[in-house]
Amino acid sequence: MSEIKEVIVKTDRLATDKYQVNMGPQHPSTHGVLRLLVTLEGEKVLNVQPHTGYIHSGIEKMCEAITYPQIIHLTDRMDYLSAHMSNEAVALCVENALQIEVPDRVKYIRTIMDELTRLASHQLWWCVYGMDLGALTTFFYGLRDRELILDIFEETCGARMTVSYNTPGGLMFDIHPNFQKRVKDYIKYFKTKLPEYDQLLSGNVIMRERTEGIGYLTLEEAIDFGVTGPSGRASGFSSDVRKHQPYSAYPLVKFNEILDHRCDSLARYEVRIKEMWESISIIEQLIDNIPEGDYALKMKGVLKLPEGEFYQRVETARGEFGVFIVSDGKKNPYRIKFRSPGFSNLFALNKMAKGHKIADLVAIMSTLDLIIPDIDR
Amino acid sequence: MAFNIYDFTTLTHDIHVGLAESFSPFLATTIEWVIVGVVYLLFVALFGLFLVYAERKVCAAFQQRLGPTRVGPWGIFQTIADFIKLLMKELIMPRKADWFLYNLAPFIVIIASFLAIAVLPFAPGLQSLDFDIGVFYLTAVSSVGVIGILLAGWSSNNKFSLIGAMRSGAQILSYELSVSLSLLTMVIFAGSMQFSVIVEHQRDAWFIFSGHLPAIIAFVVFLIAGTAETNRGPFDLAEAESELVAGFHTEYSGIKFAMFFLAEYINLFIVSAVAATVFLGGWMPLHFGNFESFNHVMDFIPPVIWFFMKVLTVIFIIMWFKWTFPRLRVDQILTLEWKYLLPINLVNILLMALVVLTKFHF
Repeated sequence: MSEIKEVIVKTDRLATDKYQVNMGPQHPSTHGVLRLLVTLEGEKVLNVQPHTGYIHSGIEKMCEAITYPQIIHLTDRMDYLSAHMSNEAVALCVENALQIEVPDRVKYIRTIMDELTRLASHQLWWCVYGMDLGALTTFFYGLRDRELILDIFEETCGARMTVSYNTPGGLMFDIHPNFQKRVKDYIKYFKTKLPEYDQLLSGNVIMRERTEGIGYLTLEEAIDFGVTGPSGRASGFSSDVRKHQPYSAYPLVKFNEILDHRCDSLARYEVRIKEMWESISIIEQLIDNIPEGDYALKMKGVLKLPEGEFYQRVETARGEFGVFIVSDGKKNPYRIKFRSPGFSNLFALNKMAKGHKIADLVAIMSTLDLIIPDIDR
Repeated sequence: MAFNIYDFTTLTHDIHVGLAESFSPFLATTIEWVIVGVVYLLFVALFGLFLVYAERKVCAAFQQRLGPTRVGPWGIFQTIADFIKLLMKELIMPRKADWFLYNLAPFIVIIASFLAIAVLPFAPGLQSLDFDIGVFYLTAVSSVGVIGILLAGWSSNNKFSLIGAMRSGAQILSYELSVSLSLLTMVIFAGSMQFSVIVEHQRDAWFIFSGHLPAIIAFVVFLIAGTAETNRGPFDLAEAESELVAGFHTEYSGIKFAMFFLAEYINLFIVSAVAATVFLGGWMPLHFGNFESFNHVMDFIPPVIWFFMKVLTVIFIIMWFKWTFPRLRVDQILTLEWKYLLPINLVNILLMALVVLTKFHF
């Protein structure tokens, strides 16, 4: 890394230096392999330039060599905290292209698993956020409860995080007989814990000092950068795909889209906490009413999509995740492109962190809830 | 040799007399110095080990997990294993680092801590230096530690260390004021700077009780400023800002890092011990004025146990809020000191002076 030093000499002040510091690909905080080239003047951040690509795995290219059901297993690994939702996006895209309708049971189960994934993702975000701010205890509290969700996933889907539960046409297997009871017990337990967690951080004056007014992103900037998800909603950008273009069982449930107009880090924090409450409410509406039926349609052995272009978007915990398939009639896609929410959110970081201090940069990046494999693919 | 756990003066007197009989005065004094030095070294080493272990267990308790459990019963040898590991590490020095200052820095920090421990009254008779300006000496000597930190940051020839050291230096210098002023408040109340006199005056009631409001305010301010002094708790940006910079002790490895590490825990002990001595009565058991039977019962517990119980309580409180609160940013730390704690301290001193003059205390 080359050090660029420009000496700015002002005739009536001390000479100050601008210097560049590398928040290298290896972080002690857990965001993943991202390199930030930060130009600083003293403590103040002048410019943040993200360098991505350290975990680029060529997922989109790999998808051109495998069949559609196999693509689902790769989408797990991109945004691994919203694995189920990414799987669902691909499955829905293929189902819409083939113009088939899945049974209602599948829709309900997919939505319940979606919301459980969102809860797990926001819990991990919360615990890492506290840790980045310095309250190291939150890391353990959040993970402890996330483990309960992961146990539910393991029992039903076979894997804790990279679930691969969806398949074009339905689900891989039916839910475990214990599923409904465990989810209901978990919701009852978590409703007592979430206020505790919220109070631990948001009731704390130090946390407020570090987040109020920090990392301002106006509504126009959010739309310009395409910042979707809770980060965008905290600036007032109403972009919830579950509301605008509902899929699966979302047309059947009542929930609020959490919008906040304060545009700072505290708003992003509170939007996610409120979203957790909304997820709980959605699960409660659906968990007792799962209709009977098949867990999957009978599909052909080899799936071939008709020629053309197909797009499907879902709302992951980070924002709008899109799957764009260009098919030429074969069993592999000609080209597949994933619209990743983290990519757009990351590049708004420069705007948000300008003028703040180094410590704020880390806190702001944490409120964006970035998953780097999602950005790099 | 009479060993009276309630009053160590018999033990020290006997040792002194024994040595004076057998050796020349010069040799006897020298041997006494060596004994005192060795005892302090052992104490610092052992208590440092214990504190690191306690921190890990307390931290684990707050995080709902167990902490070290494997090395020794309940993991008590964990710290020893850690220190053996540190001792075995290669001592790497950056090429362009200033050799003399780089190696000197950890020693300065440790020396400052030792100088401060020397005046603390552990028990009647277990106080090696009893100056009549004890409190003043303590604050003066603990300021020497800042030099070590700044030297470490500067001599490492590392941009990040320098930033960390500058921040830490600014923070410690600012909070020195609050520490000194809150101690000054209690000196006004006690009427003397001598530690043994301060402890003696708490025979009827601890200062935090008899000095009511101004003493409680001074105690809270002292706790806040004390943790900021030791770079701990919510004020640990100089070392835990490892998100970006890794602090002033980045370039130190092995035994030199162990010195910084140990010095931090000994400073924690010093801050707690001073809080316990000046506010909570030092080695004085809990007495309430005229309740003779109650006081008599309290006297059963040896003073040295009282002292350590108080110190451990204050240490627990300091660890408690380290593991609960997020970190403050550097400008927020300095704002806290200069805009809030300092005015509160000054007003508090005035209040305490009024309380003493009007004798409006217990």
